[in-house]
Amino acid sequence: MTLDGWLEIALVLGAVLIAARPLGLYMARVLQGERTLLAPVLRPLERRLYSAAGIDAGKEQGWLAYTLAMLAFSAAGFLVLYVLMRLQASLPLNPQGFAGVPPDLAFNTALSFVTNTNWQSYAGETTMAHIVQMAGLTVQNFVSAATGIALAAAVTRAFARSGSATIGNFWVDMTRATLYVLLPLSIVVALAYVMSGVPQTLLASTGVTTLEGAKQTLSLGPVASQEAIKQLGTNGGGFFNANAAHPFENPNAWSNMLSIWSMLVVSAAMTFAFGRMVGDARQGHALLAAMGILLVAAVALVYGAEAAGNPILAKLGIDASAGNLEGKEIRFGQALTALYIAATTGLSCGAVNAMHDSLTPLGGLAPMFLMQLGEILPGGVGSGLYGMIVMAILAVFVAGLMVGRTPEYLGKKIEAREMKLAILALLILPFAILGFAAASAVMPSALESLANAGPHGLSEILYAYSSAAGNNGSAFAGLNANTPWYNTTLGLAMLLGRFAYVVPVMAIAGSLAAKRKIAPSAGTFPTHGGLFVGLLVGVILILGGLQYFPSLALGPVVEHFLMQSGKTF
Amino acid sequence: MSKTSSIALFDRAILEEAAFGAVKKLAPQKLVRNPVMFVTGVVAALATTIFVRDLATGEGGVAFTGQIAAWLWFTVLFANFAEAVAEGRGKAQADALRRSRSDTTAKVLLHPDDPEDELWEPKPALDVEVGDVVLVEAGDTIPADGEVIEGIASVNESAITGESAPVIRESGGDRSAVTGGTVVLSDWIKVRVTATSGSSFLDRMIALVEGAERQKTPNELALSILLSGMTLIFLVTVATLWGLAGYSGTVLSLTVLVALLVTLIPTTIGGLLSAIGIAGMDRLIRFNVVATSGRAVEAAGDVDTLLIDKTGTITFGNRLATAFIPVPGVSERELAEAAFLASLADETPEGRSIVALARGHYSAPEPSHEEASAKAIPFSAQTRISGIDCGGRSIRKGAVDAILAFAGVLIESASPAFRKAVDEIAQSGGTPLAVSEGHRLLGVIHLKDVVKPDIKERFAAMRAMGIKTVMVTGDNPVTAAAIASEAGVDDFLAEATPQDKLAYIRTEQGKGRLIAMCGDGTNDAPALAQADVGVAMQSGTQAAREAGNMVDLDSNPTKLIEITEIGKQLLMTRGSLTTFSIANDVAKYFAIIPALFVATYPELGTLNVMGLATPESAILSAVIFNALIIVALIPLALKGVPYRAVGAAALLRRNLLIYGLGGLVAPFIGIKIVDLGVSALGLA
Repeated sequence: MTLDGWLEIALVLGAVLIAARPLGLYMARVLQGERTLLAPVLRPLERRLYSAAGIDAGKEQGWLAYTLAMLAFSAAGFLVLYVLMRLQASLPLNPQGFAGVPPDLAFNTALSFVTNTNWQSYAGETTMAHIVQMAGLTVQNFVSAATGIALAAAVTRAFARSGSATIGNFWVDMTRATLYVLLPLSIVVALAYVMSGVPQTLLASTGVTTLEGAKQTLSLGPVASQEAIKQLGTNGGGFFNANAAHPFENPNAWSNMLSIWSMLVVSAAMTFAFGRMVGDARQGHALLAAMGILLVAAVALVYGAEAAGNPILAKLGIDASAGNLEGKEIRFGQALTALYIAATTGLSCGAVNAMHDSLTPLGGLAPMFLMQLGEILPGGVGSGLYGMIVMAILAVFVAGLMVGRTPEYLGKKIEAREMKLAILALLILPFAILGFAAASAVMPSALESLANAGPHGLSEILYAYSSAAGNNGSAFAGLNANTPWYNTTLGLAMLLGRFAYVVPVMAIAGSLAAKRKIAPSAGTFPTHGGLFVGLLVGVILILGGLQYFPSLALGPVVEHFLMQSGKTF
Repeated sequence: MSKTSSIALFDRAILEEAAFGAVKKLAPQKLVRNPVMFVTGVVAALATTIFVRDLATGEGGVAFTGQIAAWLWFTVLFANFAEAVAEGRGKAQADALRRSRSDTTAKVLLHPDDPEDELWEPKPALDVEVGDVVLVEAGDTIPADGEVIEGIASVNESAITGESAPVIRESGGDRSAVTGGTVVLSDWIKVRVTATSGSSFLDRMIALVEGAERQKTPNELALSILLSGMTLIFLVTVATLWGLAGYSGTVLSLTVLVALLVTLIPTTIGGLLSAIGIAGMDRLIRFNVVATSGRAVEAAGDVDTLLIDKTGTITFGNRLATAFIPVPGVSERELAEAAFLASLADETPEGRSIVALARGHYSAPEPSHEEASAKAIPFSAQTRISGIDCGGRSIRKGAVDAILAFAGVLIESASPAFRKAVDEIAQSGGTPLAVSEGHRLLGVIHLKDVVKPDIKERFAAMRAMGIKTVMVTGDNPVTAAAIASEAGVDDFLAEATPQDKLAYIRTEQGKGRLIAMCGDGTNDAPALAQADVGVAMQSGTQAAREAGNMVDLDSNPTKLIEITEIGKQLLMTRGSLTTFSIANDVAKYFAIIPALFVATYPELGTLNVMGLATPESAILSAVIFNALIIVALIPLALKGVPYRAVGAAALLRRNLLIYGLGGLVAPFIGIKIVDLGVSALGLA
């Protein structure tokens, strides 16, 4: 680790913080239906969309109607995407003439994009036609992210309101999040990508003759626009198989910084929007602080482990002063690669600029654990915020009792019903991650997909399910996941991780919105300030650690000790 | 606190009975009420089955399996024991109550409508019906709860209040409620029965302390959901570990998986949860407060605003003389003497307080024979004046306008000093009384509502707890404001009618506050019912007692502070032990995980930070520690985590440090010690 490295990290995180505040306050205005700068341009368009779809924008929904609208919308998105992929051979805008996508892969991919996971069991540039990339995947990149923002807005309203039967209108929230937030931001970011050399074209691949005189095919396409929303919407599904390690997706250090900035900024902004909407900015700051502390700790772990490198190489007399460089792009450097790794997994982004499979054991443990914690640090756009709120509710419940009052968060009493629903949501992740991973670990056919033996192989399986259930989408690679077993179970893990999780969360929102807001007093447990941040960090770590420590001990932890003693697999 | 029950924390008889109770509670239908302990019981049975099977087939490691199974059973037994001890302490109290309810015979009047007809027939108290009118004479025990409709009597209520001084019960007014089981000492009363045997106040009290009708309170329910949820999560973790371990070729035996599960699930808090709840109710009753439900006790911990009557609670209830302010030319002593003489014949509390003040501060002489034989003018409500005529002196004291009229002085012509004194007293919320001799004004007596000596500190303590105090009084706003500031209450409700109280409670509740109030009169009943915590005074009417959700047997309104503390303590104890229980798991992982896999991966021995002797002793030590910690924490569960009125943040910091950090560290030490013992004894 070097000071320069940490300064680079601080520079990017600082830029995120500076932009997140105004963006968050702007988002709060948008989500509360207030007038914003873009209204003259977008308001007429927004109105036309509502009237075309027959939506009464003034009519709010209860939690159930809101959730059902969201589920119906996602189901429709899934169907459209599935059909597009299956039929792409006979559709226009398929200059390479790719064949239709097989059913299990289409199922997995459609779910993957609808759930904002963007797990890719395929190589994009050689599987998906432009029509699928643009009309299918990119559309889902927008609307799945907008869905996350809408859900977070609904949950936030539950705390902001008192004795309310409704928590907003899904169609309105989703439309506004897309039109006012994601679309303008991605136009700006896409142009910035184009400036730094990312291609944006509808042409097919071109053949070039290299300096050595060999023929090489260069895959091209509408990369910059997809890259922008892929990062901003914490989608992570790259145009190319190599994702953000590919020079056309992420050509240089500047584009790398832009890439990290753009994946963090919306999720960080959500906490400011939260603070504004509940009427107490400090509440948003506390959540952001807890996210930030854990994220920086994860960066430190990855950076430290990677910079230290592999002691086995050092023993062989190889200069290991640059640390572990296997699977990394030298143009990004150790520091920003570490930040990228922590950010992409702390978020549910899943874009990668390095080969996670090549990380040192502890360097690989960090992203895996971040995903297992439920993608809340700071998590996917919207989904990170509501995930964090569930953790805050849990922290408040356990610790709030210790001040001798019925626990309350933001003036809302946390009672049996909320606890039941929160537990239901919390059960989803260990069930999906550990359940499927354990099943795969004892299935000979599933083990055939592994590239590595020993604990590293187990890490690959664990990583895959953590990524799917956390709706992350990054891969440890090394695991050939394009098999019916993995496509199906990973698809199910994504489905559970997103929708089975969000339904109880929305039910909590409905129940809290209906409650009367309790006025704070000196006896109220304060949910801002250092003590609460520390408590929240502790609860997240202990609860997460207790669930996953045994499996991590058998994967990356033991691999680390084995590496220390000179064994590899 | 007027009565502290003398049942020791660990009474020998209670412990012996609890030991039997612990075994009886192993019945599945009882165990299933506590999910965490039920799971522990099921896996203990599983481990026992494995032990028996291995014993029969001669498999190795029988001693280890047997010990694990035994300690799992101990875990369940210890939890049952904790509950049984808590119940036993309640039962001991219930028995004491029951003894006071001797089998009595009621004198049921045959013609209750005729006040002259006192013909009655004897009927066992158990058969008395609601609406019956019974005659209770000196020496009789009141057969059932009811309301006095005729007569007046002194009643010994020590059976329920523990207070031996008799109280007066009479028909009409606020002292008409009587409780079954109490004894009439003198005179007689006719009582209309309002509750029959089985649903009477005493019965409710007995049921409550015995914990027989105990239902889970809302917060307890929410906490048990969390604990069940965590049990499920750990079930997933442990069950999948078998598959994940299989990947590396490690075959985990059912015994060790069961051991891991039980150490991870929150057995500590799961085992002590119901004991904490029972002990909380018990503490309240020891404090001479009877709650109709555990829900009310929890709500008491949440109270934001306390409505409290001025008279008798904040002030002594009567206005008392506090100063003599003479006009220029008259000495203070002269005025005091005149006031003293003028008040000798005034038997009102105000008059007596003037005499007391004059005697105490100005050592006014005992009335001379001449003065004593002088003509006294007693106080009357019409004249609002009292005084004395002796030796040609005509001394009067009374309301300012009445004295001015008597002395024939116009207020405008009174001396400026006199007018200033009158105005100042009125503005400070006091009552001025003028003193005159003949046509000469001597000065003013300052009468005021005297605030009880330590009440200000009590309110300061409440403020520190985050509770706002609101004084309710019939006084005018000026007087109310003065007393409010002197007593240190946060707000006041002046010229309050019962409707005003009710309206105030509703508005505050609308703002999201939880309200507690004390009351004793029938006109308090609606407000008591509307308040979230309504504490009725035992001395109050039946209507008030029915409307509230707690009854204070000592009739002391400031007790709400202690009630709130007990409510808070209950929640704090649960929270602290939950935190402790969860934090404990970290150390247990460091004991068990390396032990499970060290055979496959010797490198994982690095995680054995405690340096536990062998894998078997590590697992066994964790299980033993897990069982013993329940026993170790029983005293804390019964006594409760102490509450300090220092504000939520300070309280949280303190408890997080003790139970959070302590919970992380303690088991590392504890398991190591157990391990040393286990390996020294050669158990594993």
